[in-house]
Amino acid sequence: MEKMKITDSLKKYTMVIALILVIAFFYWSTEGKILYAQNINNLISQNAYVFVLATGMLLCILTGGNVDLSVGSIVCFVGGIGAVIMSKDMSPWLAVAVMLIAGLLVGMFQGFWIAYIKVPPFIATLAGMYAFRGLSNVVLQGYTVSVSNTTFLNVFGGGADCYVPNFLGGETLNMTCLAVGILIAVIFILLTVKSRIRKKTKGYATAPFAGEMIKTVLISAVIIWLAYKLANYKGIPSALVWIVVVLGAYAYITSKTTIGRYLYAVGGNEKATRLSGVNTKKVYFFAYANMGFLAGLAGILTIARATSAQPTYGQGYEMDAIAACFIGGASAYGGVGTVVGTVVGATLMGVINQGMSIMGMEANYQKVVKGLVLLIAIIFDVMSKKEKK
Amino acid sequence: MAKVLLEMKNITKTFPGVKALDNVNLKVEEGEIHALVGENGAGKSTLMNVLSGIYPYGTYEGDIVYNGEVCKFNKIKDSEEKGIVIIHQELALVPYMSIGENMFLGNEQGKKNAIDWDKTYAEADKYLRMVGLAESSKVLVKEIGTGKQQLVEIAKALAKNAKLLILDEPTSSLNETDSKALLDLMLEFKKQGMTMIIITHKLNEVAYVADKITVVRDGSTIETMDKRTTEISEDRIIQGMVGRELTNRFPKREGVKIGDVNMEVKDWTVYHPLYPERKVVDNVSMNVRKGEVVGIYGLMGAGRTELAMSIFGQSYGTGITGTLKLNGKEVTLKNPKEAIKNKLAYVTEDRKGNGLVLTNPIKINTTLANLESISSHKVIDKDKEYQVAEEYRQKLRTKCPSVEQNVGNLSGGNQQKVLLAKWMFTEPDVLILDEPTRGIDVGAKYEIYCIINDLVAAGKSVVMISSELPEVLGMSDRIYIMNAAKIVGELRAEDATQEIIMANILKSGKGE
Repeated sequence: MEKMKITDSLKKYTMVIALILVIAFFYWSTEGKILYAQNINNLISQNAYVFVLATGMLLCILTGGNVDLSVGSIVCFVGGIGAVIMSKDMSPWLAVAVMLIAGLLVGMFQGFWIAYIKVPPFIATLAGMYAFRGLSNVVLQGYTVSVSNTTFLNVFGGGADCYVPNFLGGETLNMTCLAVGILIAVIFILLTVKSRIRKKTKGYATAPFAGEMIKTVLISAVIIWLAYKLANYKGIPSALVWIVVVLGAYAYITSKTTIGRYLYAVGGNEKATRLSGVNTKKVYFFAYANMGFLAGLAGILTIARATSAQPTYGQGYEMDAIAACFIGGASAYGGVGTVVGTVVGATLMGVINQGMSIMGMEANYQKVVKGLVLLIAIIFDVMSKKEKK
Repeated sequence: MAKVLLEMKNITKTFPGVKALDNVNLKVEEGEIHALVGENGAGKSTLMNVLSGIYPYGTYEGDIVYNGEVCKFNKIKDSEEKGIVIIHQELALVPYMSIGENMFLGNEQGKKNAIDWDKTYAEADKYLRMVGLAESSKVLVKEIGTGKQQLVEIAKALAKNAKLLILDEPTSSLNETDSKALLDLMLEFKKQGMTMIIITHKLNEVAYVADKITVVRDGSTIETMDKRTTEISEDRIIQGMVGRELTNRFPKREGVKIGDVNMEVKDWTVYHPLYPERKVVDNVSMNVRKGEVVGIYGLMGAGRTELAMSIFGQSYGTGITGTLKLNGKEVTLKNPKEAIKNKLAYVTEDRKGNGLVLTNPIKINTTLANLESISSHKVIDKDKEYQVAEEYRQKLRTKCPSVEQNVGNLSGGNQQKVLLAKWMFTEPDVLILDEPTRGIDVGAKYEIYCIINDLVAAGKSVVMISSELPEVLGMSDRIYIMNAAKIVGELRAEDATQEIIMANILKSGKGE
C-alpha cells in the first residue's frame, strides 16, 4: 500500500520532478550559472508574456481542447496601438486602458463567432491570426515605434529601473524583496494550516499530514529562496508583480467560482452541462473574450520589455502558451488542467530556453529541443494515464 | 453429452488492489446458448475480456481450453482467428462509413494496398442476408437504427468466421421488438450449430434463449444451471445473483396520497431539429399529479425522450407548439435553466453522454445543476458543496470511497445515483426520469425504485419513461403508451397488463 502511494504521488508531481531534474541538469552543464540571481531575474522578465498568455490559453483549452491561435497577433496589434498612442505624448494610462480594452474587444469579436455562430475555434482564431497580424502592420505602418515613457516602462517591466522600489533599504540585499518573500511564505503557511483545521473540525477528508507538511514547507522554502535570489540582484521585477496578480486571480477563478467550474464542466461534457441549465455559449464566449483581454496585458508587458513595438512582435507566442498548458498537464480533450500546472509548464519551457542560451546552443537546435520536450511531456502524461487504467 | 467447446479453468485475474475474478470455472458445450448472468461489476465482462485476449495470457492465472487445446491469446486477433468473437455492449461501428466498410474494418478484403470493394460489398451483403437484413451494405451506418446496427455487429462477427459468439448485453439499447428479433436470430443460429455466450441483465431473455445459465457474483461462479434438466425460476436466478432472496422486485408504495395535477402538457407537437418537416411528437397531451408515478411506455423511437426533452426547456426539437402548465400555471420554458427554475428536472437516459461529467468528481457532478445555491456572488462555498454531496451519498447509498472520486470510475448503478442526486438537489416538483434503470443490475434497480417511492411520498411527481414493461407495470400509478410520436393509450396500473399494452401498440401501428 505504502509503495502504491509513493508511485501515485510521483505521477501527480511528474512535471515538478521533471522541472527539478532539468534545473539540476542545467546547473551542472552551465556550472551553476542558471541559478545566478541575474539569470533568474531575466527568466521571469523574459517569460512574463508566457505566464499571462498560458493562463488565458488554459481557460480555452479547458473548454474542450480548443486553442487560440491569434494571441501572438493580438499581442502585436495591441502593443502597436499602445506604442503609437504613447509616441503621440498621450498619457501612458490612457494607452494601457486602450490596450486592455482593445484586447478585450478582439477577444469578444472572436468569442462571438466561436460561441454563438459555432465557428470552430481553430478556424476562427486562425483567421484572427492573419487579420490582426496585418492590422498590426497597418497600425505601425510597417515601422518600429519606440516606447520611452518611463512611468509605463517602470510599471510594466522594461528599461533600467523596472523594479519595485526598495522601501526598506539594504545595500547589497534588497530588504523589501526579502520581506515580501517571507511575508508571502508566512501567509501561505497560515492559509494551509487554517484550511486544514477547518477541514478537521468539519470532519472532511484531509490529505496525509506528513505529505501536506512537506509540501507546504518545500513551497515556502522555494518562495523565500526565490526572494533571496532576487534580493541579491535588483529586487522584485515589476513584471513579476503582474504575473503573480494574474496567476493568483485565475487560480481563484478556476477553482472557486461558478464560471471556473463551468469551464471544466463544458470541457468534460458539454451536453450534460447544457442540460444542467448552464448557458454553455456564454462559457465559450467568456474563455475567448478573456483570452483577448489577457493578450492585451501580454501586449503591454511585451512592448514594455522591448521598449518598442514592431510588426513582427509576438510571432509564435501562441505556441509557447499552448505548449506551457499541455506540458503542465492540461488535457487536449478539455476538462482537465490547472493554473499551477500551467505555471510549472511555462517555467519548464523558460528554464530550458534560458539554459540552452547560457550554454550557447544554436537557436535552431534550441527549437528542436523544445519540440522534443513537448512531445516527451505528452507521451509521459499519456503513458501514466494508461497505467492507471 | 455434447462435446465441450470451451472450458475456462480456475481463472483468477487481479487488478491492483482488487481481485476481479477468483477461481472462475466456465464450461460451454458445442451448440448451446450459455447465459452468463450477474450484477454489474460481478466480473462477467472481465471474464470475457480474458477469453478474447484483451487481457493477454500471463496477466491472469488459470487455463483456457478451447476445442481441446490450451490457448494463450495475446491479443484479440489471436482469439478471433480461432473463431471466438465478442460483440461488445456498446456498438463499435463508425457512423460515417458504410455497413460494408464497417463489417470488414480491420479485416479488409483483397490485397493490403488494394482493397477489393466489389468483393467487400458482395460478401457483406451475403452476411447481411444471414442476419435477416435487407439493407444494401453500401448504406451508411448512421442511416440505420440501433436495432439494425446491432444486427450489423452480428453480421460482422459472422464475417470473421465465428464459431463461438459472445454477445455482451446485446439488447441493452434495443426495444422489445428488435430484442425479440435478435433473440430469435440467436435461436436460428443455434439450429445451425453455432455456440453462443450471452451476457445479460434481462432474465426474460435468459429464459427465452439460454440452455444453460451460469451465475457470477463478486468474481466467482456461483452455480451453473441446466435448463434442459431442471426447472429454473427467475427468482432463483436473482437469488443467485444478489445472494439474497428478493421477495419483490418492486418495493411497495403505501399510503401515498395522490393530489392535484402538478404538470400538464396539452397538444404538444415537436418537429425534428434536422428534418423540420418530420413530426417527432404529435399532438401529445398528458398530465401528472402530486405523489403520482406516471409511466410512459413505448418502443424505442416512439418519441418519448423527444417529448421529455422538448418539455425540459426546449432542449430538443424545433417548431415546438402546445401548452405546458406547471402547478396550474402556464409557463414557457425557453432553456433548461428556466425549466430548473420552474422546478422541473429531466434525468437523461444517456448518463454518460448527456448526464455526467465523467472526468469530474461526485461532488462537482452533484452540484452542477444548482451551483448557485451553494455560492454567493459567483464564488463557490466548497464546504457546502462537500456537505451536499456527502448528504446525497448517504441518502441514496452511493457506493464510493469518497465524494472526491471521479464519476467515471463508478459502476453504472452508482453513476445513476449520482445523476439522481444531481437532479434531486435542484429541488424539483416534477421529475422526468428517462430509462432510470437502464444497464444497471437488479440490486441497484431496487434501490432506484425505492428512491422513486421516497420522491412521490414527499409529494413530488415522477414521470418514468421506460422500455421495460415489468418496470412500467410494477412502478406506475398510471401508464401512457406512446407509439410513432403519439400517445396511443392511457391505462390505470390496476387495469394494465403486458398483453393490453402490447395490443395497444400493435393496434395503433396498423394506422387505425
